[in-house]
Amino acid sequence: MTNLFAPVAVDSASPRVATAAPAPGRAVLQLTGIEKVYQTRTIETVALNHVNLTINQGEFVSIMGPSGCGKSTLLSIMGLLDEPTGGTLELDGRPVQSYSDKELARLRNHKIGFVFQSYHLINDLSVLDNVELPLLYRSGVSGKERRQRAYAALEKVGLGARTNHFPSQLSGGQRQRVAIARALAGQPELILADEPTGNLDSVMGEEIMDLLLTLNRQEGTTIVMVTHDEQQALKTQRLIRFFDGSQVS
Amino acid sequence: MFLSYLKIAWKVLLRRKFFTFISLFGISFTLMMLLVMYAMVDYSVGPQMPELRTDRLLFITRMQLFYRDGGQSNSGLGYAFLDKYARTLRTPEKVSLSEHNFSTVAAYVGNQTLKLDLKRTDDVFWQVLNFDFVAGRPFNAQEERDAAHVVVVNESTARRYFGTSENVLGRVMELDAVRYRVVGVVSDVPLSRIQSYAEVWVPLSTTPANLRDPDYLGGYMAILLAPSAAEVDNVKAEFQQVVNRIPLPDPKQFKELRTRAHTLFASLIAHANGSSSADGASGLVVRVALALTLLFMLLPALNLINVNVSRTLERASEIGVRKAFGATTSALMRQFLIENIFLTLLGGLLGLGLAAGMLAFINSIHLIPYAQFALNGRVFGVALGLALVFGILSGVYPAYKMSKLQAAQVLKGEVAL
Repeated sequence: MTNLFAPVAVDSASPRVATAAPAPGRAVLQLTGIEKVYQTRTIETVALNHVNLTINQGEFVSIMGPSGCGKSTLLSIMGLLDEPTGGTLELDGRPVQSYSDKELARLRNHKIGFVFQSYHLINDLSVLDNVELPLLYRSGVSGKERRQRAYAALEKVGLGARTNHFPSQLSGGQRQRVAIARALAGQPELILADEPTGNLDSVMGEEIMDLLLTLNRQEGTTIVMVTHDEQQALKTQRLIRFFDGSQVS
Repeated sequence: MFLSYLKIAWKVLLRRKFFTFISLFGISFTLMMLLVMYAMVDYSVGPQMPELRTDRLLFITRMQLFYRDGGQSNSGLGYAFLDKYARTLRTPEKVSLSEHNFSTVAAYVGNQTLKLDLKRTDDVFWQVLNFDFVAGRPFNAQEERDAAHVVVVNESTARRYFGTSENVLGRVMELDAVRYRVVGVVSDVPLSRIQSYAEVWVPLSTTPANLRDPDYLGGYMAILLAPSAAEVDNVKAEFQQVVNRIPLPDPKQFKELRTRAHTLFASLIAHANGSSSADGASGLVVRVALALTLLFMLLPALNLINVNVSRTLERASEIGVRKAFGATTSALMRQFLIENIFLTLLGGLLGLGLAAGMLAFINSIHLIPYAQFALNGRVFGVALGLALVFGILSGVYPAYKMSKLQAAQVLKGEVAL
């Protein structure tokens, strides 16, 4: 089987699709001619229309656009949760189309962390158990190591004292911090955040945004964030705008 | 990870208590019924006192004689027949002859008449079977040869007759106006142990019947003890060879003679269907019992499948998140199966408790004389096995449905089962 996690040699001279801003590092994600069409018997809906995009290592990219323009679909495709109907997607320089369900799951587990608008924490599990989740599906990580790494991730988001709480006992902002800690626990190269401040008031939203910015600057974590908030989008290194499934800037 | 699955399973159980109650009730009630039935069967044919060595015991209890005109005679065997053809077998370690059925005798205690079940046996009977002697001893070969009027009595009968089961050795019991001296007291044997059951046992030689009667059919049976479990088939085969050489009692009248050495279970089947060739029948009974068990479990399993599938909706977000963070379809299937098996094991545990209660109730109403049904290691093993089968039966389909949910859709809140 292909070693999905072997170091990838990056050919900086290789032609890349034009992006909005110069890239600080190697390409983590490369989308070429990505299309997503939802087809029913009578209607064909184009969610993404020939999207070309490169996300480089260490970048903080925000994606904006009106509701229904395909932002979340794009994020799902970037996160290997959905398949495009056309085009190619490369993760760390390798096309992922031919990978099996098992291989895609392994890639998601090792390389990608997700933050969702509605947190999607498992209410039946404690904060610590929630944060451990990505490590549960990683072989060779002992229970002790899982605990340590989850605790370290929670410390990073300022919730080291809340490990035994349950999601229902936390505020919205705290829940989103837990969700970020969960995304960090597996030490992924890429964090995909789908409107992470969408359910929060402005103060908490700012806190979460600051946290993501800090992670990007201090840890060099690559972040792609879908947002409706122009102010927050402007704080990121690159802003991509979408309209009707197409990239407009 | 396993612990995490169990934590989730427990929380899911507590989340919708009514659904959980319905599911657990269905599982535990079904398992209770099956366990009660199994415990009763095990109590009747399992390795329990006095047929402790069921893996080595064989029983020759019936003979069928087929008439040329199509009819047949079917009953126990003649003593002389068994003496000649069973007692002389070389492969068994021991062969015991006894009356096939118990007879009822009267005993008087003051103005009260006791109807007692009496069985006549030889001395080897006490060696092939494992009675629990609370006092005294069985009658011996000398007493059997001498037709000594000695009796082994069960504890309850001793209490009813003498007012106590202690210090009754040497005392006299009058059964059908014949005086017998008590030489031993044994623990009660339930009626369900039909090959060994009685309330009083006396030497076979005390019978008023003619033991030299050459008639092949009669009121007797033989119990064979094989040297080891592995030798059982050899004993069966030797007896079959002997039977094949036995001349028909009247070739003009009969065309075939059938009798076999059966295991305890097969002998009970033979007893129930009045046949001497129950080897195939016992296999059929086991298969039918297994099929009925599965059928019996199907209804609550379908209910559980339904509940589980409807619960998929409330767990869609969790499924999406787990997939997003690296769970494969097979890992999710494993998780949901483990959760379901946890639920059914819990149901199995409750079912065991309910079964214990039901067996205690059956014991209290004396449904079967002297029966003290109880749970044991085998019943526990069966409960575990049934709960596992139940868990897999009701868990595979919902687990498959859950694991196949599209993460991208469920995380957006678009669930389509």
